[in-house]
Amino acid sequence: MQSPSIAVEAKNITKVFGHGKQHFRALNDVSVSIRENEFFTLLGPSGCGKTTLLRMFAGFEHPTQGAILLHGKDIAHLPPFQRPINTVFQNYALFPHMTVAKNIAFGLEMLGKPKAEIEETVDRMLDLVQMQAMRDRVTSQISGGQQQRVALARALAPSPKVLLLDEPLSALDYKLRKEMQIELKRLQHETGITFIFVTHDQEEALTMSDRIAVMSGGRILQVGSPHDIYERPAERFVADFIGETNFLEGKVSVLEEGDRLSVTLDAGTEGKQIQVAFDPQNSPETVQAGQRITLTVRPEHAQVFPIGSTSDDPIISGKLENIVYFGTDTHYHVKLSDNSIFIVRQQNSQIRGDVLVQNEMVNIHFSMDSARTLWD
Amino acid sequence: MTTKTDVTNNELPPYRKREALNRWIISLPALSIIMLAAIGPILIMLLYSFMVKGDYGGVKLWEFSFDGWINVFFQRDIFDETLGLADAHLTIFWRSLKLSILTTLAALAFGLPTAYFIATRPKHTREIWVFLITIPFWANLLIRTFAIQEVIRNEGIINNTLLAIGIIDSPIQMLYTDGAILFGMVYVYLPLMVLPLYASIEKLDFRLVEAGYDLYATRLKVLRRIILPMIKPGMIAGCILVFIPSLGAYVTPRLLGGGKNMMLGNLIESQFGAGRNWPLGSAISITLMLLVMFALIFYVRNATRSGANHG
Ligand SMILES: Nc1ncnc2c1ncn2[C@@H]1O[C@H](COP(=O)(O)OP(=O)(O)OP(=O)(O)O)[C@@H](O)[C@H]1O
Ligand SMILES: [Mg+2]
Repeated sequence: MQSPSIAVEAKNITKVFGHGKQHFRALNDVSVSIRENEFFTLLGPSGCGKTTLLRMFAGFEHPTQGAILLHGKDIAHLPPFQRPINTVFQNYALFPHMTVAKNIAFGLEMLGKPKAEIEETVDRMLDLVQMQAMRDRVTSQISGGQQQRVALARALAPSPKVLLLDEPLSALDYKLRKEMQIELKRLQHETGITFIFVTHDQEEALTMSDRIAVMSGGRILQVGSPHDIYERPAERFVADFIGETNFLEGKVSVLEEGDRLSVTLDAGTEGKQIQVAFDPQNSPETVQAGQRITLTVRPEHAQVFPIGSTSDDPIISGKLENIVYFGTDTHYHVKLSDNSIFIVRQQNSQIRGDVLVQNEMVNIHFSMDSARTLWD
Repeated sequence: MTTKTDVTNNELPPYRKREALNRWIISLPALSIIMLAAIGPILIMLLYSFMVKGDYGGVKLWEFSFDGWINVFFQRDIFDETLGLADAHLTIFWRSLKLSILTTLAALAFGLPTAYFIATRPKHTREIWVFLITIPFWANLLIRTFAIQEVIRNEGIINNTLLAIGIIDSPIQMLYTDGAILFGMVYVYLPLMVLPLYASIEKLDFRLVEAGYDLYATRLKVLRRIILPMIKPGMIAGCILVFIPSLGAYVTPRLLGGGKNMMLGNLIESQFGAGRNWPLGSAISITLMLLVMFALIFYVRNATRSGANHG
């Protein structure tokens, strides 16, 4: 029944903390399948239930409803120490009364591995995370980045089927974080272990993951590749949370034959219809004229031109409020007729022939396909 | 002389000297209390232990003798004046040591789960539990000990109940046994074990416990490999706090052990009272203090070692 390539699966997980009036629904009917050898990321704002879901995989938390499957087998009844799943904790949770090497050896010792094998594995792990020089240090005497590596080595040493990482990089400074991101990717590649990674940093999620699950308010809103999540957000929240984007509100005028949709926007078009691509997979079953719709357009998919420009693509217009120079690119803030701001980002590599004047009316062009349709 | 003051003048500017002086003045009350209440009496006791005993108690001042110290461990035969081991004293030393160690171990055994239980309650209920633990301190020790007597004596609650139910035909002798002393002392000193244990368990980072479970450690292994090493300072503190007063306990052994089952505290008391042998009493007291001091040195060494590990 189960596809063999699924490592971990959450099935209709609901988690309620507390009782009666004080009860809190931390997870609400969450279902997700994580594939073998995948770098899977749980992404969402603080308090959305990422840690709770992760702790359920590890066995520290029990679902109020639903099942957790490991390779197709229900592991709900297994305590954490019987699950071949290890965790890199957010605060690392290294044992302060043990050396670096002892920390890494701990899991292997608990599994009752022979001494020679433990020593060999610890050695290999120390090499893997480049901490050989620190092996006899007490864990309180190494830096944050080093602690992070030890925590990683400790969790990898018993060769778990799945590695859980709860915001392992959030305590590191920017440069070290970038380095560790690359290193984590390398380790995942080398070990072939399924990584389930938690972060609330969307950039981190986009650059590292094979697939991302975007969570909010105890639900999983969308699961997909970084490209999918960024370019084809399923919900307004996803589009908003990942990267910068513009929203254009309006209503459906006509559902054209094929894959086009005519939309009348509330602002920026003076009542003229524009045509956008229609994605039936991410739309309600019946789409009627007059139905409310939201378009989202990424800033880099739009372009600004002086008023009067023409195009086959949709055009909206507004007043150029602000031009912000960022070095590699320039941001144009255009105020539409409903006072909302539409941001256009253009690379500075192309030299513009025309001159845009602040506080003048401008046209914004974007391609039909780059506008994503979202429904309420 | 002058060069010496010159040197200090060069090292310390005037305001620093004033500061140092101020510090001495501020600590004067504390120092005088320590002198008067602790060091002074100990010195007097040390002096008395080397003097000849007075006929009706006290000592013959400035008549020195080692009799007090010799009598701690040896006794003179009544007939031929030869020295033999003071069996009675050694028995009492041994009983005191044994009962104190047993008390400490029992308090640890009961205190550890209790402290763990309290430390794992929700935050707002923890204070209530700690409060409950300290309630016995509110009643006088004497009263509490009499209460225990009332419970375990031959016509006490336990025996009467058992007799009434018909489980036993004649009362079980519980009062005036070593077991009674042990029970009483564990009861009295348990809070002294629970409180430091609770403090260190409460500080324990339970995420480390979770990390242990995550790394395949069973509950027992987590206890042995993670929890116990990390709360060791609290365990040592609790053991010292229980062991020291147990060794010198007086009221509990007196009331629950009767006359026969003396402990060091009672032995000392009797030398200053009916025994009228102040030098011997002083010598035993100092011996007791030395025992306590060794225990403390043991504690300090262990504490600093584990402290260094935690860095
Ligand atoms: N033991 C608990 N008792 C009650 N509520 C809890 C408990 N654990 C978590 N919660 C609540 O459940 C919600 C989700 O918590 P969770 O720790 O999973 O969030 P998160 O997504 O990991 O957030 P963050 O990014 O801040 O770590 C939060 O609102 C939190 O307050
Ligand atoms: Mg979290």
